[in-house]
Amino acid sequence: MEQILVNGLYLGAQYALIALGLTLIFSLMNVLNFAHGQMYVFGGFVTYTVVAQLGLPFIVGLLLSAVVLGVMGALIEKFLFRPVIARSKREESTMLLAAGIAFFLDAVILLLFGEKQRGIPKIVDGVFNWDFRIVIPYDRILIFVLAISAIVAFIMYMQYSKTGRAMRALAQDRVAAELMGVDVKYYSMIGFALGAMLAGLVGGLLVSITGINLGMGGPASIKAFMMIMIGGAGVISGAIAGGFILGMMESVGLTLLAVYGDITYLVIFVMLMIFLSIRPQGLMGKPWG
Amino acid sequence: MRRRILLKSVAAGLLSLGLFSSAAMAANETLKIGFVGVTSGPAASWGISNQRSMETRAAWINETGGFKIGDKTYDIEIVAFDDQKDPKRAIAGMEKMAQEGIHYVVGPNVDDGAAAVRPVAEQNGIMYFPYAFPQSLYTAPASNAVLGMVANYQSGPAIYKYLKAEKGVKKVAFIAANESDPLSQRDGGVKAAKDLGLEVVSDSVTYQVDTTDFMPVLLPVLRTRPDLLVLSGVSPANAPQLIRSAREAGYEGIISTETAQDAQVLKEGAGKLANGFISVGGASTPEMASDMMREFVERYTKMFGEYNDESNTKVYALEYILETIKADPAGITDVEVFKKTMDTFEVANPYMNGDAKMKYVGTSSFGQKRQVAVPLVVNVYEDGEFKTLFVAEVD
Repeated sequence: MEQILVNGLYLGAQYALIALGLTLIFSLMNVLNFAHGQMYVFGGFVTYTVVAQLGLPFIVGLLLSAVVLGVMGALIEKFLFRPVIARSKREESTMLLAAGIAFFLDAVILLLFGEKQRGIPKIVDGVFNWDFRIVIPYDRILIFVLAISAIVAFIMYMQYSKTGRAMRALAQDRVAAELMGVDVKYYSMIGFALGAMLAGLVGGLLVSITGINLGMGGPASIKAFMMIMIGGAGVISGAIAGGFILGMMESVGLTLLAVYGDITYLVIFVMLMIFLSIRPQGLMGKPWG
Repeated sequence: MRRRILLKSVAAGLLSLGLFSSAAMAANETLKIGFVGVTSGPAASWGISNQRSMETRAAWINETGGFKIGDKTYDIEIVAFDDQKDPKRAIAGMEKMAQEGIHYVVGPNVDDGAAAVRPVAEQNGIMYFPYAFPQSLYTAPASNAVLGMVANYQSGPAIYKYLKAEKGVKKVAFIAANESDPLSQRDGGVKAAKDLGLEVVSDSVTYQVDTTDFMPVLLPVLRTRPDLLVLSGVSPANAPQLIRSAREAGYEGIISTETAQDAQVLKEGAGKLANGFISVGGASTPEMASDMMREFVERYTKMFGEYNDESNTKVYALEYILETIKADPAGITDVEVFKKTMDTFEVANPYMNGDAKMKYVGTSSFGQKRQVAVPLVVNVYEDGEFKTLFVAEVD
């Protein structure tokens, strides 16, 4: 049981970090960013290039992943989403644009980084083993701590910084925020950049554990959408809760249901359908949006 | 005036350039060879190594004047289609090949795709070279598919027998992705292990192909304390993570697979933890590789930046197609002629040292020659490179 909890917490921390960026973008711009998984993959490849190819320290790779994806996010918002949102009131326009960006990023990743699975050397050697009741490598503990630190830093930033307050105001009521003098265009761009930056950061973190490959983007996006559906779309605390719930469900399912074959995600999807039919706005979302 | 002269010069230049290009293109006819396989998603590495191997060899042939078949010389054009590992897309890809008048196709890479394209290939007179293992594809009445590699039911028993005799393996556990290929390979492996008298302690645990954390998946398997952990049909993307998680969880037994892997990917993903990992290697290990194979690797690396060890096997399909057509040029549009040629076809293997031959095999497994002859090379990974454990022959 201890091992299940530890696995669940570790998975939950990384999932929550993935979901945070997605829910931030959704809350600010009402955009379902289908390219979020590809951004995560791109971030992983940036860290891989910096650490494995250029031989620089992991922390440099991590910071560069965040910066590169932040800039990419800002450019995508300014030159792609902003004009589309200005010209079209139909929500599917932004959804199609996001899907197009996902395909585009897949192609760019293939061209720049190739088709192979990539990884970097272990950042910390050794395994914590408590009498085989809990077995967890030290690098996973480190990544867990870094992920939790990033989540806390993000919450503090949103709570106490001027930019964070402006973005929260934007998320609550875009028109009211604009009337109160919030520069909607600027903070939308910052929000999108921050969301993409979080995707890049988690990609950089996980390349040291799971490695990265071209095909990881789509499944990562699907899991991220599941998390924000569980927690409530556009709600920061909901994304965190959704991430930890999904991580824990996966850990429990993979251990207890293993004898029945690979039915963990089947069970999770069935539970999700039942849950959403009862509470379509998720755990912490509001029925009115 | 000067402007008019300039315009005339440009027009004349463009015209002559066009004429020159046409003349150059008219020098050789073009022979199109198709590829239908997966070049996107988690298994992209399998198909991309196929496609790039074909493109490298085609560019090499074209650069050196083309490929002579009968009294004509052809430039080789590779027409590629990404089936995204989706059988419906694979069918669409094979239909595209038929529409383009292509009679020879490499791929698909996986079982369900290869099975799905069979009717299209047979109706349109297409020979195809899948990297998929269902025996029904290669056994009569089927006759248009040619297995492009060594199947798991051919390599698995050889590996288990070796490990039982040499390493004292008694208990085996299998883990596979929840997809048709790995599952069928697992079932084949379980049967082979039981036939050899090995105890199968776990064969029901599967994982999603997009799993990122394998520790929870592996723990129930490792609790059965196997001497050998078989990663059935594992993709190069998942292999390093599975190995790493198993070792980090304290597993000290042997880990093996029957699929081809890439040493660099293992090195980056699992490092020293991958030492001792046994896989089926490419058909041209450093000891076996000829000068032509080394040049192929150089050209591939120059074209695409980095070589893929899986191409040691995937270099062969295009070579087999071209050389078999060359043996009887009527086969260029008539696959029935090609099939007849296959029965007696035998030429020197240009990618291997010694007197190795390119010929069709498979009579033992399929009752007819529907498999390319590549040696069964079983490798062990040690410190960033594969070392040959043993070599065997199929048929």
